[in-house]
Amino acid sequence: MTHVLDPNALAGGEPAVGGPAGTPPDPFADVTRSDAAFRTFLHGLPGVDAVGAQQRTAVLGTRSIKTTAKAWAIDTAISMVDLTTLEGSDTPGKVRSLAAKARRPDPEDPTCPAVAAVCVYGDLAGVAKEALAGTGIKVAAVATAFPSGRASRAVKLADVRDAVAGGADEIDMVIDRGAFLAGRYLDVFEEIVAVKEACGPAHLKVILETGELVTLDNARRASWLAMLAGGDFIKTSTGKISPAATLPVCLVMLEAVRDFRAATGRQVGVKPAGGIKTTKDAVKHLVLVNETVGSDWLSPDWFRLGASSLLNDLLLQRQKLRTGHYSGPDHVSVD
Amino acid sequence: MTSLFSYAPALESRSIVDLRPSYGLFVDGEFTEGTGTPLTTLNPATEEVLSEVATASDADVDRAVRAARRAFVKTWGPMRPADRGKYLFRIARLLQERAREFAVLETLDNGKPIRESRDVDVPLAAAHFFYHAGWADKLEHAGLGPAPRPLGVAGQVIPWNFPLMMLAWKVAPALATGNTVVLKPAETTPLTALLFAEVCQQADLPPGVVNIVTGAGDTGRAVISHPDVDKVAFTGSTEVGRSIARTVAGTHKRLTLELGGKAANIVFDDAPVDQAVEGIVRGIFFNQGHVCCAGSRLLVQESVHDEVVAALQRRIGTLRVGDPLDKNTDLGAINSAPQLDRIRELVAAGDAEGAHRWQPEGDLPTRGYWFKPTVFTDVSPAHRIARDEVFGPVLSVLTFRTPDEAVAKANNSTYGLSAGVWSEKGSRILSITSKLRAGVVWANTFNEFDPTSPFGGYKQSGYGREGGRQGLAAYLQGDHQ
Repeated sequence: MTHVLDPNALAGGEPAVGGPAGTPPDPFADVTRSDAAFRTFLHGLPGVDAVGAQQRTAVLGTRSIKTTAKAWAIDTAISMVDLTTLEGSDTPGKVRSLAAKARRPDPEDPTCPAVAAVCVYGDLAGVAKEALAGTGIKVAAVATAFPSGRASRAVKLADVRDAVAGGADEIDMVIDRGAFLAGRYLDVFEEIVAVKEACGPAHLKVILETGELVTLDNARRASWLAMLAGGDFIKTSTGKISPAATLPVCLVMLEAVRDFRAATGRQVGVKPAGGIKTTKDAVKHLVLVNETVGSDWLSPDWFRLGASSLLNDLLLQRQKLRTGHYSGPDHVSVD
Repeated sequence: MTSLFSYAPALESRSIVDLRPSYGLFVDGEFTEGTGTPLTTLNPATEEVLSEVATASDADVDRAVRAARRAFVKTWGPMRPADRGKYLFRIARLLQERAREFAVLETLDNGKPIRESRDVDVPLAAAHFFYHAGWADKLEHAGLGPAPRPLGVAGQVIPWNFPLMMLAWKVAPALATGNTVVLKPAETTPLTALLFAEVCQQADLPPGVVNIVTGAGDTGRAVISHPDVDKVAFTGSTEVGRSIARTVAGTHKRLTLELGGKAANIVFDDAPVDQAVEGIVRGIFFNQGHVCCAGSRLLVQESVHDEVVAALQRRIGTLRVGDPLDKNTDLGAINSAPQLDRIRELVAAGDAEGAHRWQPEGDLPTRGYWFKPTVFTDVSPAHRIARDEVFGPVLSVLTFRTPDEAVAKANNSTYGLSAGVWSEKGSRILSITSKLRAGVVWANTFNEFDPTSPFGGYKQSGYGREGGRQGLAAYLQGDHQ
């Protein structure tokens, strides 16, 4: 068996308290003083070589996770799932059924952990809240004119307040990609600050929609922008745009949260979402977390997987490990 | 602290390899006894004896050269080039079919991680045969004149760091150009060459086209000094290369040498830092640093020195060290006791000369030959660890302030095999790479190999090129001579 040379290599210090709302934490308090200063800061972040990032994730993709490690990874992945339904056809019945699955993903096996959260549109947050009462499973609601984010700021903030009033513990907002791509970084920043304020006690996940930002350089800049604005989590995608979560994008975002904590003491979570469909995909993401930022991020408090069909594959693989044979789609519940 | 996520052992099964208690020489299409004193080959990760291997005496080498000459005159030389290509394609396919067997055997004999033998060594070896198979019937288009002719019998001596891959780099171009071969693998890693001999039999390669003579330095000397050898190709240390050049001087033999290196890996302050750190790790810890083109001198711009070194140390801490057959191993065993001694000696010299040594926490396996990844900072260009090839997982970090200083320091070496440049600025990459006196220069990557790309050195790193169109010239007489 191989062992990691220095298991503490990736460990960092204790999280520190941030500054007043709207002010980035030290030592970056002044980078948002003007559009020009903010642009200079974001463009001064080290570049990302896309070929190198792909190579790194390809090598980590060859990690062979077997037996006890696989069992741990599957249970951990289940506990990190934000079980999601974001369809125009969603109904209270559909959300209640999803909530039931979230509480007890494998009806035949009480040892199977519950998922981290159920993620719905804002108008259904109340239904989810009620269905999950007393379980500890969070209700996440997408807001800010999800998925495009094309609405006035007033509408977006109203969307957020409505979801929070409905009982959402977590708000998944989208950034204004148009403004970002046009170079109006301060606008994007200020909007996140305003949304964070509207969230009140709710945790804020900031969706970068990296499929529309396209380059890894943009993914890194947007990650820093969202963290400086006070996001509790940075999230890759809405799931409505392809490509959604990719390993290189997730790598770049993990590097960003790692470097951000090293500089400010504040830890930010990461949520890849969209396109993670198989246990193998999920395990690759956990390996990426393990070898990029380490154990501090290996919990549902700091890493989530936004997914829907993934859960059933995790359950099938979990059953396979326990029984030694593959069952079939009829042994897990239809969503 | 133990990690939350510890990977369970994921051992590649060694049952696919049929290790024999002893191996003979491969001469004239058959395995035969050697008349020298046999040697044993070890698994360097455990010191377990793997097998006994014959040693070829002068008489055995003579037999092999005569077989190669016969094949050159009677079968391989006169053969239609397209048919030679067919044999090479067949060998390439067999290498792919038996890839796992080759990978496991390479890892057992060499100590390198199975991930590398599986994902780098064996696929590249097959790729070299595929690439050269395609050339076999197109040599008149190689830019070497209308009808380039083979040289005859090639005597080839290869090192222990990439045993099968180095064999492929030597054998594939020699055969594609119509030459026959007497090859001596390294004494500590003869097994994949002998498995390759089986592949030659399986491919029905005519007897004598490929001959493999195992043994130590004396056998190598017999191969290169044999009067009926027309071409000598050697990859290995500069010291041995020099003595070969002396032996071959004044004879009709053509010579190519691929020798040591002390490559500069230059990191500018505008580099993509995370990928540069990966590249530094890949540059020096790939194959335990047993790489002639390893990026063993890190030249980092002073303004980002602390940041890069801190990131590098953090990354080194995540390397997984241990059983080379575990699919999750990043760093395997040092190939032999003498090599481990050599690494220790140079590291001690680094300490004595005042460089600052850093190694990660953690333990190494107790049996076998192991060395921790090591980073020296505060290294002066005058230190031995900045000048001598360590051929191990030891990185020397030097700094520079301006692009000119970077180039001057990078070129300040008796070697000139490879170099790397890390910068997000395209114009800088073009300008710096054109000034580096090294045969292979990588930009924003390192230790990337491809059969289409010629490989070889400046200065004491040797002469001649392997791979690409240029590599064919080493095995042909044509208008270029």
